[in-house]
Amino acid sequence: MNTKRGHQAEGETIMGQTASSQAGTLESNDIFIRMTQVPEGGESSVNVESIVMKQFGEDIIKTITQCLEDSGLKGVNIRANDRGALRCTILARMEAAITRYKESIK
Amino acid sequence: MKTFRTMLFMPGNNPGMLASAGNLGADSVILDLEDAVAPGEKDAARILVRRTLTDLRPENVTCVVRINGLDTPYWRDDLAAAVTGGTDVILLPKCEHPDMLREIADFIGTSSRNGGAIKIMALVESALGIENASAIASFGGPLIGMLLGAEDLTAGMGAKRTPEGDEIAYARGRMLMACKAAGIAAVDTPFPFVTDMEGLAKDAAYAAQLGFSGKALISPHHVHAVKTAFMPTAEQIAWASRVIETAEAAERDGKGAVSLDGMMIDLPIIKRAKSVLQMAE
Repeated sequence: MNTKRGHQAEGETIMGQTASSQAGTLESNDIFIRMTQVPEGGESSVNVESIVMKQFGEDIIKTITQCLEDSGLKGVNIRANDRGALRCTILARMEAAITRYKESIK
Repeated sequence: MKTFRTMLFMPGNNPGMLASAGNLGADSVILDLEDAVAPGEKDAARILVRRTLTDLRPENVTCVVRINGLDTPYWRDDLAAAVTGGTDVILLPKCEHPDMLREIADFIGTSSRNGGAIKIMALVESALGIENASAIASFGGPLIGMLLGAEDLTAGMGAKRTPEGDEIAYARGRMLMACKAAGIAAVDTPFPFVTDMEGLAKDAAYAAQLGFSGKALISPHHVHAVKTAFMPTAEQIAWASRVIETAEAAERDGKGAVSLDGMMIDLPIIKRAKSVLQMAE
């Protein structure tokens, strides 16, 4: 799995995308998470932008990555925009995004 | 009853608010899954509320979850999340009949984080709910109180909501008496005019004077004023302490009747004094 800091360019699309979800908001203390399916055989990736990237970036990426692994989902690109969310909130938003993503596959 | 003196509503899908739940001074927080959450966000809100209850539970604050009404497709999932999270109390909106409480109680069963049953409060906010207040209040079991919801009520009545609250006088009285008769908490409706602090103080003082156990709030800025309104004065506390001391002394001395400052100290007076001291704790 690739883990990245920073922000992917707006408008970037993934060919063959069939499943996606999002959860959270861009409000203070929240985190906005968008999950998209990568093309068949593609590797999962986590891309995080945060207002506290220097202090907590590694922890945020680790938390998100762990949630994704626990979900059993493969080939998923996650883009997260963090506005100072507590771990509890990151877990909740990931759970919502994963649940919605699985619903979108059905 | 101190638990219900200030009951602060907070949106169930707002992590910033939920994180501050323990720091706003309210005795109880109502984590709202109903009106404060858009239909498309119900799922995310119940996850966030459950996680908040399990991972970020505020200390010394009673946690209440307002689920969606029984007329919606959401309430079972809301209840499941609240029970799993270990909420102290479930607040059932649009309660109009004791059968609705039975449905909730059956769903909850006996599960809770402390092994005891999760409690229920009924939010009464319709003419039918007010007319059935006695039947609802006497449900017993896990029902620990009723909360008046005047916004929906007055909307249904076609009445104008005012800071003076004349339009809800009957509803307040009827629900209050039903709760008193059943021995459960009676919680007054929130004051909806958020920036009218003078009106809030009057409204809260009036509710306290009537005998309500407390008041629901829709703004953290209202906590102090409402708490003050429901807090006994130093004079009242001193009086209550003297009543209890006098009554205990009389009991030790085997006296049947005793007076204090020319007033006969009987059971209702002792009961009131105990209530004052309890509110002051």
